[in-house]
Amino acid sequence: MTAPVLDVRRLQKFFEVRRGFRRRVVATVRAVDDVSFAIQQGETLGLVGESGCGKTTTARCILRAMAPSSGEILFRAADGQVVDLAPLPRANLRPLRPQIQMIFQDPFSSLNPRMTIFDNVAEPLLVNGMRNRRARLDRVAALLELTGLRPEYMHRFPHAFSGGQRQRIGIARALATEPRLVVADEPVSALDVSVRAQVLNLLLELRQRLGLTMLFVAHDLSVVKHICDRVAVMYVGQLVELTTTAALFARPRHPYTAALIRAVPIPDPRKPSGDVALAGEVANPANPPSGCYFHPRCPYVVDRCRAEAPALRNVDGHFVRCHRAEELSLAGA
Amino acid sequence: MPPVLQVTDLRVHFFLDEGLVRAVDGVSFDVETGQVVGIVGESGCGKSVTMKALLQIVEPPGRIVGGQMLLRSDGAAPVDLARLSPRGAEMRAIRGAEIALIPQEPMAAFSPVHTVGDQIIEALLLHQRKWRPTGPALSRADARTITVELFQDVGVSMPGERVDAYAWQLSGGLRQRAMIAMALSCRPRLLIADEPTTALDVTTQAQILNLLRDLQRRHGTAIVFITHDLGVIAQIAHSVVVMYLGRVMEHGPVDDIFHAPKHPYTRSLLRSIPSLLATPQSPLPTIAGSIPHPLGRPPGCAFHPRCPEVMAECAQRTPALRVIERTQSAACFLYHHDEAEP
Repeated sequence: MTAPVLDVRRLQKFFEVRRGFRRRVVATVRAVDDVSFAIQQGETLGLVGESGCGKTTTARCILRAMAPSSGEILFRAADGQVVDLAPLPRANLRPLRPQIQMIFQDPFSSLNPRMTIFDNVAEPLLVNGMRNRRARLDRVAALLELTGLRPEYMHRFPHAFSGGQRQRIGIARALATEPRLVVADEPVSALDVSVRAQVLNLLLELRQRLGLTMLFVAHDLSVVKHICDRVAVMYVGQLVELTTTAALFARPRHPYTAALIRAVPIPDPRKPSGDVALAGEVANPANPPSGCYFHPRCPYVVDRCRAEAPALRNVDGHFVRCHRAEELSLAGA
Repeated sequence: MPPVLQVTDLRVHFFLDEGLVRAVDGVSFDVETGQVVGIVGESGCGKSVTMKALLQIVEPPGRIVGGQMLLRSDGAAPVDLARLSPRGAEMRAIRGAEIALIPQEPMAAFSPVHTVGDQIIEALLLHQRKWRPTGPALSRADARTITVELFQDVGVSMPGERVDAYAWQLSGGLRQRAMIAMALSCRPRLLIADEPTTALDVTTQAQILNLLRDLQRRHGTAIVFITHDLGVIAQIAHSVVVMYLGRVMEHGPVDDIFHAPKHPYTRSLLRSIPSLLATPQSPLPTIAGSIPHPLGRPPGCAFHPRCPEVMAECAQRTPALRVIERTQSAACFLYHHDEAEP
C-alpha cells in the first residue's frame, strides 16, 4: 500500500494563558492533545466533536495556519516525497500550500466582497504563478462549471449570489490549484436545509470525479455519516474513537460516541431520539479531569476511569480510548 | 377550550427604500393550551418576524399592517395584540408576563454587567402583581427566593450561588437554562422559543429539549417553537407550521407533516435532509435553485419556480391555505383552487 496522503502522529497544540504584568503562564489549554490519524488517497475522513474539542485547531495545524506544539504531520506531496509539515518554516511551506486547500464554513465572510468571482477564484492561481490572464479565465470558467455555476457570471461580485452559490464559489477556489488534500471546516453548517443537500451532493460528486482526498470537520453527525468513509471523534482535545463510518454508527465503542449519536434529533416523530441526555458539561481543556476526560459524564464509569487515563487502542478494528471498550455493548443509530 | 393564541391573516411588511418586503404575508395558526407549535422554515421565511410581531417588537421600517393576534386569558376577554401600541402600558404588561421569549443567543440577551439573578429579580418586581395581585409589594428578598427556586426548577446546579453569577461566567447550557428560568419567572401563558438550541452543542441541545418538554408537561405552558431544524421539530412539536417566503405552506399535526406531507415544499424539504437513518453516500434529492431574494419574490405561489409539481396556474395566482384532510391544511393548487386574498 502506498503511503497515506496525510499521516498525523501524536499532534499536540497547547495554548498558554498568560496573566499579569509579567505575563506569567497561569494555565495551559491543551486544545489538541495526542491526536493521530491517517487519510488515504481518495478518502474522506470526518472529524467530529462538540465546540472546544479541538477539531478546528487540528485542521488549522494541518494547514499550518498555526504551528503545532509537537507531533508530526506527514504529507505525501505531489512528487511522492513525504514531508513533515509540523516543523517546516514558512518559506519551505510555500511550495506545498497549493497542494492543501481549505473550504470555509461561512460563505458570506470567506469571499472578498470587493473582488469579482473571477478574481476570488483566480487568486490562488495567480499567487502560484499562472500569469496568463487568458489561461486563468479558461481555468476559472472550467472550475465554475465543475461546481455547477454558470461561467458567464464570473465577473459579478459575491453579493449577487446566494449562500449556496457562494459556497460553490468557495469550493471552486479551493479546487483551483488541484490540491491533493482538501480541508473542509463545517462546509454546510451555515447553509439552509434546501441548499445543504445540493452542496453535499456536489462534494460527493467531486470526490468521485476528481478522487478528492478530504478532511471533513463537522459537528453534525448526520452530515458526517452521509459523506465520510471513516470518522474520528474528538473530546476535550483527544481522539476518543476512530473507525469506518458504518462501524461507528452501527456499534460505537466509546460511550461518548454513543451519547453523541443518541443526542441527534431524528426528523421522525415516531422515532423518539435526543432524549437520553448526557449529564453535565464538556470538561475545561485548561483543567481536565483526572483519568479519562469523559469520566465525570460517563454513565459506565468505574474506579479505574477516575484514576488512569486510557490509551487509544485497537479493539476489533476500532481505535478507541476507553478502558471498558470490550465489555460495553452500546447502541448505534 | 379555545386556543391560547389565534393568529389570523397576520401581515408584517417592511417599507425599505429599495421596495416593499412582505416578510409575513397572511399567516394564520392557532396555539392550544399545553401544546407545542413548531414554526419551521428556512432563512427569509418570516418565522422570526412572526415571533417579533407576537411581542410587538418589529423594528422599523417594519410594521404590522394587518391581521389579528388574539391572546386569551382566563376569564377575560381576548386581547388583539395587533391593535396594541408597541410602547403602550397594555403591551408592556403582556410582554414578559403573558408572553415570554427564549432567544437564540442567551449571551446576547443577558446584560453582561448585571448578574443573571438581578435581571430575573427585575422582571419579577416589574410584573409582581401577577404573583401578588393584592397585599404588600414583593420584596427583593422574596424575589430572590423565587429566582433560586426557578433555577432549581430548570436544573441549574448550585442555584444559590449561580444567581449571583454574570452571564459570561456560565457555560452555554447553563446560560440557556437561566434564560428559560427568566422566561418562566412570570408564569407566562405563552412561551416563544426562537431557535433556543441552535447555538448549543448537540448533547447540550438534548438536555435543553428534555428540559423544555418536562417544563411543558408540568406547567402546561403553550410554546411556539421556532427552528430551521426538522429533527428538533419532529422531537418536540405537537403541530407544525411550515413557512416559505412569508406564507404558511402547510400546517398540521406533527405526525402528518412528517409521514403524510401534502405540500411539495414540505415533501422536498423532508427528502433533502441527510438523516442518521438515510443511505450514506447516495445523492440526496434536492430542491432546485435557491431561496429568492425577498425583493424578487416570484408572483403567484412563491415556491413555484422550485416546485417539482408546478402547474400553469401556480405562476398566476396565489393559493390560499385550506383544510385538506381533517386537521391538515396546505396552500397548494394540487388540492384546491381557492385563491388567497391579496
